[in-house]
Amino acid sequence: MTALNATTSNVPLTAPLSRAKVGMASLIFMESAFFSAFLVTYLYYIGKSPDGPQPLDCLELNMVLINSVCLLSSSITVVLAVRSLARGAMGAFRIWLAVTILLGLEFLLGTGYEWWGLIEDKGLTIQSNAFGTNFYSLVGFHAFHVLVGLVLLIGVFILSLFGCINPARDHQRVDVATWYWHFVDVVWILVFTLVYIVGRVPQGAAA
Amino acid sequence: MQWAISVDHKKLAMMYIGAGLIFFLVGGIEAAFMRLQLAQAGNEIVDPATFNQLFTMHGTTMVFLVGMPILLGFGNYLIPLMVGARDMAFPRLNAFGFWLFIFGGLLLYFSYVGADGLYGAGTAPDVGWFAYAPLTSRTFSRGNSTDYWILGILVSGFGSMTTAINFIATILCMRCPGMKLMRMPMIAWMMLVVAFLVLVAIPILTAAQSMLLFDRTLGAHFFDPETQGSAILWQHLFWFFGHPEVYILILPAFGFVSEIMPTFSRKVIFGYPLMVAATVGIGFISLGVWAHHMFVVGLGPVLDSFFGATTFLISVPTGIKIFNWLGTMWGGRLQFTTPMLFVTGFVAMFVIGGLTGIMLATVPMDWQLSDSYFVVGHFHYVLFGGTVFGIFGALFYWFPKATGRMLNERLGKWTFWLLFIGFTLTFMPMHVSGALGMPRRIYTYEVDRGWEIWNLISSIGVPVQMAGVAIFLWNVVRSLRKGEVAGDDPWDAWTLEWSTTSPPPDWNFDRIPTCTSARPLWDRKHPEDPDAHYE
Repeated sequence: MTALNATTSNVPLTAPLSRAKVGMASLIFMESAFFSAFLVTYLYYIGKSPDGPQPLDCLELNMVLINSVCLLSSSITVVLAVRSLARGAMGAFRIWLAVTILLGLEFLLGTGYEWWGLIEDKGLTIQSNAFGTNFYSLVGFHAFHVLVGLVLLIGVFILSLFGCINPARDHQRVDVATWYWHFVDVVWILVFTLVYIVGRVPQGAAA
Repeated sequence: MQWAISVDHKKLAMMYIGAGLIFFLVGGIEAAFMRLQLAQAGNEIVDPATFNQLFTMHGTTMVFLVGMPILLGFGNYLIPLMVGARDMAFPRLNAFGFWLFIFGGLLLYFSYVGADGLYGAGTAPDVGWFAYAPLTSRTFSRGNSTDYWILGILVSGFGSMTTAINFIATILCMRCPGMKLMRMPMIAWMMLVVAFLVLVAIPILTAAQSMLLFDRTLGAHFFDPETQGSAILWQHLFWFFGHPEVYILILPAFGFVSEIMPTFSRKVIFGYPLMVAATVGIGFISLGVWAHHMFVVGLGPVLDSFFGATTFLISVPTGIKIFNWLGTMWGGRLQFTTPMLFVTGFVAMFVIGGLTGIMLATVPMDWQLSDSYFVVGHFHYVLFGGTVFGIFGALFYWFPKATGRMLNERLGKWTFWLLFIGFTLTFMPMHVSGALGMPRRIYTYEVDRGWEIWNLISSIGVPVQMAGVAIFLWNVVRSLRKGEVAGDDPWDAWTLEWSTTSPPPDWNFDRIPTCTSARPLWDRKHPEDPDAHYE
C-alpha cells in the first residue's frame, strides 16, 4: 500500500490545456477542411469556362484591393483590442474592437458592391458558367464566414458596453474568439490569391 | 422532460444509442423488403422505383442514422467516465449536436410524406447513398426527394462535427490527474482519431452537398457534365469523405474490442503502444485511399496504382491490430460471456471483410467485381460483421453500467448465435452471386443466370437475424425490469467507469479519481502488485 501511495503522490497533474482553445482550434481545423474543398474545386475549374463572362473581363482589382486591405488590417486592430483588454484598458479595447467591426463591415459592403457590379454590368451570375458558379460559391462562403465572425465580435462589443466583460476573467476568452477572425483573414489570403491572381488567366488556354 | 432538456453526457448518450437502435430497426426492415424481393427470380413484391428508394434509404440510414449516432453515443457515454471527468468539455454543445442528429434523421424520413411538393406522389430519395452525379441533377431527379437527402444529411453532419469537437476537447483537456495520453483506455485513443477524421471528412461532404444544392436550386454548374460541370468531381469529393467515414464507423468498434477482450481474457491488452500507433496510422492513411472506390472510372494507371498501393498499405496497421487482439487472447483465461462472443465474432468476420477488401484493392480484380454483389458482401462483412457485432458486444458489456442491471446471458447467447448464423447465411453467398456477375442495386433478375440459389440462401438468413434482434429487444425490456442487479463492477474490469456506481450519479465520481497506470482500477484492487510498478 505504501508503495502505491508513493507512486500516487508523485503523479503529475495533467497539463492544464484550455478546452476553449482546443475547441476553437478544432473548429478552425474543420472549417479549413470545408474551405479546402471549395478551393480545390475552384482550382480544378480554372480555365474551363469557354462560354460566358471571363475572369479577365469581369474581375477588377481596385475595389477588392481596398476590401483586402481593410480585412487584413482588421486582424491587427483586433490584436490591439485584445492587448488593451489584457492591460485592463477598457476604453482602448472598445475603440479597437469598434474599428475592427467597421473594417469587417466595409469588407462585406465592398463585396456586395463588387457583386452588384458583376451582376448588373458584366452579367456574371452563378448560372453563367463554371467560373460564375465557383466564384460566387467560394467568395460567398467566405463572406458568410466573415459575417459569422462579425456577429461574434459585435456580440463581444455589446457585452462590453453593458459592462459584462471583466478584463482579468475574460481576456483569454475574447482572445480565443478572435482566433476565428484571424482564420477568416487567412482564408481570404488564399481566396484572393486563387481568384484574383491565379484565376485571372485567359479562358480556353487550358482547353 | 428531464431527458429533453438534459445536457448530461450519459443521458444524451443513451438517447443517441436508443434513437440509433430505432433507426436500425427501420433500416433493417428496408433491407428485409429488398431480400424478400430478391429471394426468387422475377419477383414483383416491390416495384423498381420503390426498390431504388429502399436501397438508398437503407444505406443512408445505416451509415448516418445508425452507425454514427450509436458510436458517437458510446463515445459520449464512455469518454468522460473513462478519463475520469464529470462531463464532456462542452455539455450544451453536446445536447445541440444530439438534437441536430435527430432533426436531420426526421427530415430525411419526412421525405416519405413531404418530398412530393407540388409534383404528385410522395417520394423518398432514390439516388443511392453515394448519390452519383449526374443522376442527382434536376433533369434526372425530379421533385424534392434529393433535396431532402442533401438537407437531412447536412443537418445531422453538423451534429457529428460539434460532437467531434467535444470529443477532442474532452480527451485532451478533461483527463483526471495522472491520466497521461499513453495511459488512456484504448477507446479514448480510438475516439480521438475518429473525431479527427470526422473533422476532416464531414466538412468535405458538407461542401459537396452545398455544391449539389446550388446546382439543384440555383442552377449552378458544379456537377452537370452538360453544362461544363464534372460528374467525376462529385465522386472525388464524396469518396474523400466516404472512405474516412468507413474508418469513423469501424475505429470505435476496434475500441470496444480492445476494452472487452482484455477483460475476458484476464490479461492486459497486448502491445498497447503499437495499438495506439496503428490507430493513428490508420487515421492518416485512410485520408489517401478514396479513389479505390473509383477504379472503374478510368483514372489511368498511375492513379490506379497509387490508390491500390495505399489501400494495401492500410492493411498493415489493421493487421497489427488483429494480431494484437490474438496476442491478448493467447494464454489468457478466456471467459466466453456474450460480449466476448461478439468481439471474438467481430475479429473473425472483420478478417474476412478485410481480406475481400484486399482482393478489391487489386485494380484488375476490382474492374471485374466492382458494383457487383461481391462488393455488397465485402462491406457488410466489415460494417455488419465488424461494426454491428462490436456494437452488440458493447451493448452487452456496458448495459449493466448504464442501467444497474445485467442483460440475461442465456438470451444473449441466443442473440449472438442467431445473428452470427443469420449474418453468414445472408452475406457469405453474396460473394458467390457477385462473382457470378450479379450487379448490385438491380430490383430483380432472370431465371437462367445461376443466381437463384445464392439469393435464396441470402434471403433465408434475414428471418434468422430478425429473430436474434427480437430476442435482444426482449432481453433489454426484461432485464430493465427484473435483470440481475449488476453492482459497480460485474466483470471485474480495470478502467475507471467501473469504479463508480451503476448507473453512475449525474456527477460521475464523488471524488475525481487519480490514475496511476493504464489500468487504474487494477492498481486499486491489487495494491500489492500495481501496474504502476511496471511502467
